[in-house]
Amino acid sequence: MEQPKNFGFGEDEAMLRDSARRFFSDNLPADRLHALVAAEFDPHRANQCKWDADLWKQVTELGWTAACVPEAEGGIGMPLVAAVALAEEAGRAGFPSPMLGTFNATFVLRGCDTDAARAALGAIAEGTSMTLAVTNSRGSLNAGDTDVQVDDSGRLTGSAHFVQDARKADRYLISARGANGVGLYIVERDADGLTVAPDVIVDVTRDQAILGFDNVSALEVAPPGAGQTALEAALPAMLCVLSADMVGAGEWLLQTTAEYARTRVQFDRPIGFFQAIKHPLVNLMVEIDNAKSLTYNAACAVDIGAEDQLTLARMAKAQASSMAVYSGSRAVQFHGGIGFTWECWVQMFFKRQLHSQVLLGDANHHRRQLADALIGPVAA
Amino acid sequence: MSDNQASDTPEQAEFRARAREWLAANHPGRPPLRLPQGALEVSDPHALEWLRSWQKAAYDAGLVGCDYPTQVGGGGRTNCQTVANQEMFAAKTPYLVNVIGLGMGAPTVFFHAQEEMKQQWLPKLFSGEEIWCQGFSEPGAGSDLANQQTFAERDGDNWIINGHKVWTTLAHFASWMILLCRTSKDDKYNGLSYFVVPIKDAIGRGVTVRPLIKMTGETGFNEVLFDGLVIPDSYRLDEVGAGWKVAMTTLAHERNAGQMITPASGGMPLDEGSGVSTNDPASLARLARNQLRDGKRAADDEALRDEIVKMFIRSEAFRQNRRRTRVPELRDHAQRIPLQSKMIVTELQQDMAELALRIQGLGSTLSFTDDKAPDAGQWGLAYMNTFGITIAGGTNEIQRNILGERVLGLAKTK
Repeated sequence: MEQPKNFGFGEDEAMLRDSARRFFSDNLPADRLHALVAAEFDPHRANQCKWDADLWKQVTELGWTAACVPEAEGGIGMPLVAAVALAEEAGRAGFPSPMLGTFNATFVLRGCDTDAARAALGAIAEGTSMTLAVTNSRGSLNAGDTDVQVDDSGRLTGSAHFVQDARKADRYLISARGANGVGLYIVERDADGLTVAPDVIVDVTRDQAILGFDNVSALEVAPPGAGQTALEAALPAMLCVLSADMVGAGEWLLQTTAEYARTRVQFDRPIGFFQAIKHPLVNLMVEIDNAKSLTYNAACAVDIGAEDQLTLARMAKAQASSMAVYSGSRAVQFHGGIGFTWECWVQMFFKRQLHSQVLLGDANHHRRQLADALIGPVAA
Repeated sequence: MSDNQASDTPEQAEFRARAREWLAANHPGRPPLRLPQGALEVSDPHALEWLRSWQKAAYDAGLVGCDYPTQVGGGGRTNCQTVANQEMFAAKTPYLVNVIGLGMGAPTVFFHAQEEMKQQWLPKLFSGEEIWCQGFSEPGAGSDLANQQTFAERDGDNWIINGHKVWTTLAHFASWMILLCRTSKDDKYNGLSYFVVPIKDAIGRGVTVRPLIKMTGETGFNEVLFDGLVIPDSYRLDEVGAGWKVAMTTLAHERNAGQMITPASGGMPLDEGSGVSTNDPASLARLARNQLRDGKRAADDEALRDEIVKMFIRSEAFRQNRRRTRVPELRDHAQRIPLQSKMIVTELQQDMAELALRIQGLGSTLSFTDDKAPDAGQWGLAYMNTFGITIAGGTNEIQRNILGERVLGLAKTK
């Protein structure tokens, strides 16, 4: 299977990306983001869910979340590279929203061959947001591990952990174990018997919660036994949009720090003159470019159904995760004292990057998986 | 390779098919002697002659200089050199020996020389009949390239040249040198001019070439002394005082960021059977699977596995960056990735070779001249030789200055 030279990124995708970039520069410049999510500086209140629900409504009306929903379900049917471009712009803006969760749910639902899943995709196309509730209390990365049980009448009991943007999403896509294996279920945020217990997290642009299920009535979208396959099949696409978010946030950190290095004067020169600043910023640029190219490459592999899509997506996530930490650390360090303050916008992106790097597995996790694929398994 | 084929233009597709057919029938086979790792290290005249006959054959088949106009000995095609390079690599051909001429001399002459000089110089450059070298570095002008002291003094229609050039790769075989030197002491940058000067025909008449020995023990580069060499004004490129501008054309091409794609072949394993390619992380993985360290495979060491995977990731990222450079919608700044290219590829090769030494363990102590050396000692040799490329063409520290200044707009060092 051959990838198209241009990553399948054509005029339509470029127009969508450019409009997203304009949308965020008009509606969510960094000062507005700071006023929105970081006006409170008491870290013990950081479990508040600060976001602009109206901005999110505009995003859904612009059709971004319908982009990867098939046309047959009322979506636009664009390739994954389009969602990757949108995620990159959202990351560049530090956008607090259930966008990644809704994309992830879309990828999973597309792999569930049921009428209920198709209907759920239709709801996404119409503006309903979702997020995945598929992680257990130990943070296992194995798609089959869940602390939620489903009984014979399709009711859920147990808990789901590390649920991203749980207080922003309208619905949850939950993995639950039944007698015949793991199935996938949808529950509305205000369902009877469901509790949403927020975590206090460091990232000020996201929220995270533990969902408690007490005999909650749920809609089955993948029957027991089919859920794990659907989750695993969606993993490459999920890694791509998350990597793209980190690429966008990394680019914001690079450009913001370069601007500071052009204007901040010490020893009678802009500090960017000094190679102790100049060279690491170039190294960061290289790391970002590597992550970006690997991300579009992996997304293109998913779009054409290439066999090596998971390998390429793990490469993208490993590179994006290590770049994410480096981008945050260099941005704070090179801003000097001001970079260490709550007031400085850099902290929002620094924290978003630290959060993103561990979601869906950090760089070490993915490199360990890649070693098995590229070098061969460790001899017994 | 195959991802390129999918979107060939009709001209490229036709050219690719012909190139592939020719290569299938005309591969030169194994060399009759041991070749060094690259053209930069060729010092044996027999190696030169064998490599030169390969370059001539490839040129006659239309695989070298494809995108230059026919009037100057080129193929008159559009965007076909890339195709020729891909097909030559896929066919595992030997490298092209006139590497300085093809990569730097040809584009500089093409963009800046008088028409009749282009017609005189370029065909024999493409065929390899005349080898070229580059006279940029001097004892006092390394990273600070504009600090040139070699001086050309006007004498009617001639110029008289005096000075000292160093690290001059292939000067011992060269017919011609591209020369950056000073024509005025009044202005550091605008006092520079650019010439093409004869070397081989002028030895003993104002030119002395002395070999310098590399840390590997190989020769291949030299120092060149000019003592009253006389050349005609027609050998000057561009205006008097425009030398720095012309040098930028040379350097852009040296750093893979120029307008013309450099003809390049290669892919032939250095030692039959060993299959070592020091540019390929798969070779590292293979080495680790075969290498026992204290009774355990190196491939089972978790720390080494992680490092090997990082090389795979960097290597794939380099490939994908090059691909993204050709997609205008996905690049933020036209020069951002091209200007990284030299730095990235040379550091990747250096780090891969260094990792190979740790995979080999005590075996890495053996020289490539010891028959017991693992992978024929190629990794150790490659590691040392990579410092040639992280230093040459503007050190990678200079590359980082250029990127920081041109792409990120940071304050200039000079």
